Amino acid sequence: MADKKVKVPRAKMPEQDPDVRRRNFEEVPLGLTPEMAMTEASRCLQCKHPACVEGCPVSVKIPQFIKLIAENDFSGAAKKLWETNALPAVCGRVCPQEEQCEGKCILGKKGSPVAIGYLERFAADHERKNGSGEAPVVEEKTGKKVAIIGSGPSGLTVAGDLLLKGHDVTIFEAFHKPGGVLVYGIPEFRLPKEIVASEVAALKKMGADIECNVVVGASVTIDELFEEGYDAAYIGVGAGLPRFMNLPGENLIGIYSANEYLTRTNLMKGYLFPEYDTPIARGKNVVVLGAGNVAMDSARTAMRLGAESVKVVYRRSREEMPAREEELHHAEQEKIEFVLLTNPTQFFGNEKGRLTGMECLKMELGEPDASGRRRPIPIDGSEFKLDCDLVVVAVGSNANPLLTKSTPDIVLNRWGNIVGDPVTGKTSKKGVWAGGDIVTGAATVILAMGAGRGAADSIHDYLTLGW
Amino acid sequence: MAKIVNREEMAQGTIILNEIEAPRISRKAKPGQFVILQADETGERIPLTMADTNPDKGTITIIYMVVGKSTARFKELKVGDDYFALIGPLGKPTHIENFGKVVCVGGGTGIAVLHPITRALKEAGNEVTTILGSRTHDLLIMEEKMKAASTVLHVCTDDGSYGHHGFVTNVLKDVLEQQDIDLVVAIGPIPMMKFCSLITKEKNVKTFVSLNPIMVDGTGMCGCCRVSVGNETKFACVDGPEFDGHKVDFDELAKRLASYLDEEKVSLDGYEKCKLQ
Ligand SMILES: Cc1cc2nc3c(=O)[nH]c(=O)nc-3n(C[C@H](O)[C@H](O)[C@H](O)COP(=O)(O)OP(=O)(O)OC[C@H]3O[C@@H](n4cnc5c(N)ncnc54)[C@H](O)[C@@H]3O)c2cc1C
Ligand SMILES: Cc1cc2nc3c(=O)[nH]c(=O)nc-3n(C[C@H](O)[C@H](O)[C@H](O)COP(=O)(O)OP(=O)(O)OC[C@H]3O[C@@H](n4cnc5c(N)ncnc54)[C@H](O)[C@@H]3O)c2cc1C
Ligand code: SF4
Ligand code: SF4
Ligand code: FES
Repeated sequence: MADKKVKVPRAKMPEQDPDVRRRNFEEVPLGLTPEMAMTEASRCLQCKHPACVEGCPVSVKIPQFIKLIAENDFSGAAKKLWETNALPAVCGRVCPQEEQCEGKCILGKKGSPVAIGYLERFAADHERKNGSGEAPVVEEKTGKKVAIIGSGPSGLTVAGDLLLKGHDVTIFEAFHKPGGVLVYGIPEFRLPKEIVASEVAALKKMGADIECNVVVGASVTIDELFEEGYDAAYIGVGAGLPRFMNLPGENLIGIYSANEYLTRTNLMKGYLFPEYDTPIARGKNVVVLGAGNVAMDSARTAMRLGAESVKVVYRRSREEMPAREEELHHAEQEKIEFVLLTNPTQFFGNEKGRLTGMECLKMELGEPDASGRRRPIPIDGSEFKLDCDLVVVAVGSNANPLLTKSTPDIVLNRWGNIVGDPVTGKTSKKGVWAGGDIVTGAATVILAMGAGRGAADSIHDYLTLGW
Repeated sequence: MAKIVNREEMAQGTIILNEIEAPRISRKAKPGQFVILQADETGERIPLTMADTNPDKGTITIIYMVVGKSTARFKELKVGDDYFALIGPLGKPTHIENFGKVVCVGGGTGIAVLHPITRALKEAGNEVTTILGSRTHDLLIMEEKMKAASTVLHVCTDDGSYGHHGFVTNVLKDVLEQQDIDLVVAIGPIPMMKFCSLITKEKNVKTFVSLNPIMVDGTGMCGCCRVSVGNETKFACVDGPEFDGHKVDFDELAKRLASYLDEEKVSLDGYEKCKLQ
């Protein structure tokens, strides 16, 4: 029986052709058909002790939802997913499955793991398009009110969980549109914004109040929210402070932080200029600094904005690039060049202050450093020049101090991240929880959601039992 | 939300005043802080300093010059219309204390930005000499209000159509010759702030300027608004917008403001064509 199942090859995701898609903003993977999904689901061995679940930070009931897909009950599969994951259409697309659920799948030991991410995405998409769209039943109102600050995946998760438990929630969002990195950071071609909007609409249907254009810490403080009658607060403001490299010439026109580059393009829809008013520079020769997901998103965006060449400059080697393998592969398919073992040293501009090029230094790998990765060491005299008219700095982000400066009674670590209990998310301030990137530093969507779930349980205990 | 309750045209319709409903912001705002506005979902996020606030009525006032597509679009909004988005108060408030003798220099719509600061400085006990400048008399705004907010008021026009003939810098030089001044606040076009700062640097008089780089979020998350101050990079939206005028790299700021000249033209041309049809 099991023998027969292994022979079915892992589903191949249909994708837009690389040469076409590198010039448009439409989604790259096209999604599985129902037949493909059912065949893929039939590969799952329905393990008694499923290793895949251990790999998932929120313990999605993987064999159960896959079984429902195999049985043609797609709606049931979506509901099964929702029991532990409020945003399956998002996670199925952006989770690093190869390190998490799929990385642990038993089938991966000998061949290819079950395509859990594809199936998760399939079930959620199918339900979004064909489901009844009915809001889940919420428990009787408790009369308690919770302020949620930030509408990224962690804030949205807290909101959903607390609504189900009968509490009132208001989400305060600094931008004019909710979704956090899901709307301003991750590009349309990887996560269509319509999906995020539909998740937000579902929360509204359940009774969530969303106040956009409120910068907590500036427009109102947490203490003032308590005075306004909120019983508890959750901080999920992400890691929104761009890191620059502090190199000479970094303020030349044409050098963007990844945050700015992606916000202009995604949130402000700069790629649709002049239909939308916010402009974005369309570079001819683009260089992206960094090698994570953010760098890949920036590079692939630059290509779609019409660049002739896009280079990713990274100081270590291909192996150490932290982006998901799938994204690296997609980027290479889209003719993005990796300039490895290379570090920038300065930028050059013309008399108008516009970027014209940069200088780099070649590196070699030495002994492993604290992170366990081999440390890059500059090679003396290896300087060389690269022509470029646009640079995106994607070397990470830190905690934004705007909110935390206004709440001195919340304890921070030395990097400015909020110290929160790893399980409950409780901070040092009574009635205040925190989770997601503002606690962990830049991490992943699913970890931010997991933190939100833990905090929601703890907030519920507080509201019903006490601190 | 963000409903316009009062609207005035000034300087022959080149400068517009909007009083807007914003209870949360009006309660918190301090002189020197700004807001970001969007006329509609497809619009740009435009930073404008609050020229006044009325916490009792729950309103704020902005005064802007019509220079490009976004401000032209703002100009179309009538009393009763809403802004799509209004965010604030942003930026650091002006540091107000009794410095002693203060000179406030304002040019163009910088005068609107300067008004609440001047008033607060006077209320804090300072002797405030104000110098206002405009290209020509018709473009001068808020003369009466600034007179009321200052101890002494000087006005100059580039073309001599009103007040002193010449630039604010000439009057500033005279005032600095005649009196010992403790602080200068200069807000207006970049060349004006640059030359005021050069003059006060010679005399070693502390000078604040208010910078207006291009912005996106206004909360420190994008770095678009970076300016060089004393060879350090600062984010104007959270570290400013006010900085020590002796340390600001005005030339870099002027260049960065020209980042999107071509796109701005496309926007404005498209908009005007659209309005003609
Ligand atoms: C370009 C990019 C690509 C990524 N790709 C992936 C990927 O493929 N897979 C993956 O798992 N992870 C990815 N990540 C990481 C992931 O998106 C984040 O870890 C996750 O979004 C963090 O969620 P969060 O809820 O903590 O915060 P965020 O998503 O950052 O949301 C925080 C929200 O709070 C708002 N806010 C901030 N300050 C205030 C304030 N003072 N008042 C009110 N609101 C405020 C912000 O505007 C924002 O909307 C990527 C990140 C980026 C930037
Ligand atoms: C903190 C802050 C406070 C401000 N307060 C005021 C105010 O109280 N009143 C007011 O009239 N303006 C103020 N400004 C400037 C205002 O934001 C710009 O005039 C506006 O963004 C222009 O938008 P636009 O689309 O109409 O013009 P655009 O098409 O963007 O630009 C048209 C012309 O204006 C120039 N320009 C573009 N952006 C700016 C800018 N940020 N500052 C100056 N010139 C610019 C361009 O170089 C171009 O020549 C402030 C700016 C900042 C950053
Ligand atoms: S949430 Fe992410 S890690 Fe968990 S099963 Fe889904 S794709 Fe895998
Ligand atoms: S480990 Fe793989 S085969 Fe086993 S239940 Fe999980 S997905 Fe199915
Ligand atoms: S406007 Fe984005 S950091 Fe200042």
